[in-house]
Amino acid sequence: MMLPIFFQRNLEVGLKSLWHRRLRSLLTVLGIVFGVASVIAMLAIGEGASYEAQQRIKQMGSLNIIVRSVKPPAEAGKSSQPMGIDKYGLLKSDFYRLQTIPSLRQSAQLRRTRETVWQGEWSFPGQLVLTNPSYFQLVSLSLASGRLFNENDYLYRSNVAVLGAGLIQKLFPLGGGLGETVRVKRNYYRVIGILSDRSISGGGSTVSAENVNYEIYIPLSTGMSQFGEFIFKNEGGSVQREWVELHEIVMKAGRESDIPATVSLISAELKRSHKAADYEIMVPLELLKQAEQTKRIFNIVLGSIAAISLLVGGIGIMNIMLASVMERIREIGLRRALGARKRDIVIQFLSEAVILSAIGGAIGVILGIFIPALVTRATGMKTIVTVWSPILAFAISAAIGVIFGFYPARSAAELDPITALRNE
Amino acid sequence: MVAQNKKAPAIQLEEISRIYQMAAGEVAALSKINLTVEQGEYMAVMGPSGSGKTTLLNLLGCLDQPSSGRYYLGGEDVSALPDDQLSEIRNRKIGFIFQSYNLIPELTVLENIEIPLFYRSHNDPDGLQRAVRLAEMVGLGSRLDHRPAQLSGGQQQRVAIARSLVNDPLIILADEPTGNLDSTTGQEILSVLHEMHRQGKTLVVITHDVSVAQHSSRTIHIVDGRIKG
Repeated sequence: MMLPIFFQRNLEVGLKSLWHRRLRSLLTVLGIVFGVASVIAMLAIGEGASYEAQQRIKQMGSLNIIVRSVKPPAEAGKSSQPMGIDKYGLLKSDFYRLQTIPSLRQSAQLRRTRETVWQGEWSFPGQLVLTNPSYFQLVSLSLASGRLFNENDYLYRSNVAVLGAGLIQKLFPLGGGLGETVRVKRNYYRVIGILSDRSISGGGSTVSAENVNYEIYIPLSTGMSQFGEFIFKNEGGSVQREWVELHEIVMKAGRESDIPATVSLISAELKRSHKAADYEIMVPLELLKQAEQTKRIFNIVLGSIAAISLLVGGIGIMNIMLASVMERIREIGLRRALGARKRDIVIQFLSEAVILSAIGGAIGVILGIFIPALVTRATGMKTIVTVWSPILAFAISAAIGVIFGFYPARSAAELDPITALRNE
Repeated sequence: MVAQNKKAPAIQLEEISRIYQMAAGEVAALSKINLTVEQGEYMAVMGPSGSGKTTLLNLLGCLDQPSSGRYYLGGEDVSALPDDQLSEIRNRKIGFIFQSYNLIPELTVLENIEIPLFYRSHNDPDGLQRAVRLAEMVGLGSRLDHRPAQLSGGQQQRVAIARSLVNDPLIILADEPTGNLDSTTGQEILSVLHEMHRQGKTLVVITHDVSVAQHSSRTIHIVDGRIKG
């Protein structure tokens, strides 16, 4: 019964004196405003960036293990093969041997080359992917229209192709495309399926995923007989010849817990037949974990920056509260003479500090929600304001009021009323 | 709370001393003072500066505590109460009037009068009405929402008088209430005090001005920390 009145009245006194010095109060509060706003904005940007990275990694399939051919570091001056052909990378025999690992559920082999895809007079440099029908499931590519190629197409080496959404737009700018014919080099393919758009907005991601949108998928059996295994690259005027049987093998483990053991099995198996380090093993799950780790570090860094700006804001509050106490020493003495207890004085000044920082916090929250939206608009970066970040930031700002207001309030309450009354 | 005994003296000091610890040794501002002020008395305390009359006022006002001796305020021993209880005693039993008025500049006349109501332990539903009535009594009924800066010195002191009365205290302590005022205005304030006395209030006025002391029903002199006459 007594406490609410006692609180309410001292709060009232605090509010009144803040209003009396409103410009100065507002200036003081700016530190908290920017502190809180930057906490929310930075968390939103960090959250957005890591969400993108995670999406990219998830696209690669979280249960997948990917082995890629990589060109081994050049041994200075000498070519390992006659006629300047570099032969390296994964072999079909690798693929068949790896398939014997029991913990694998599904697998696919891939060849990837950059080829220009033609449709009448339209052409576009796309990414030619020769693979098994199971690949689509492994990386969960979904269709916008038509169908994917199946085991029959593979067996009969049908001249069929599935195209990414971006490539379709470039080749058939007027729409359509399904059932039409496209050409790569001298071979013609019927478009049987179009993939749904899988573009990820924004850049600056830590993990680069294949640009699925500009890919053309053809059964490996069909493509192998048409393109052979040589790859000619024009690099700086000189022709470079490479021999790569497979660019990529994608395998899917049955369970998440199988992944580490499966990876070491794959690694041991490949080491037996490959003398040079001409392949790399990628595990999206591990990348995911790394991305989460990175995010955690990112959050800690952003958090400490925000903490510093909040600290500065808190010191600002302490400063103005000390000034306020100094200015009102006589008022404090008077209030004590008229019956204010020490705790009344503490509450009066503490509530002033808390109101000040809470107002700053509220303005900061509004700004902090607004800024990420602006960032997204200006740069196209994804930002996510989570529900808890404004709540957390506001709570911190109120806590700062209590922490940094306490010392000035306490020193006001401890003043000797007689000396305070005599203060000029 | 101890029931107020009608017959108990408003103020009763027994062998009160107040000793300050200084670098040069102990200095007795007051030594072994005995004083009784009956309810309804109007007493003036006179004495040269440094005589200890301010120390006496601080003790009477429960802003300070005696080094030794007993102080009974309305029959209640207040000589060694903890700080919170002293605050409550000041709030309920003592009305202060200062030389420099001590109004809070941001607050209006009415709000200044209401301050002691703020610190009552129980809400007083009649408090606002009483504050308005007191403002009218001191002739400021039409200026309730004025700020102190808009008032003359005499008017400000009237606000302070109204404020000292708002919790209906046992004693009123006035420290040089006319010290900052010209003689005409000072006379007006003195007549307000006189009116309070007539209505039965107990007043203790500290002054070095003989004309102020003349209004009182009793005058004591303090010299070197002791009461003379």
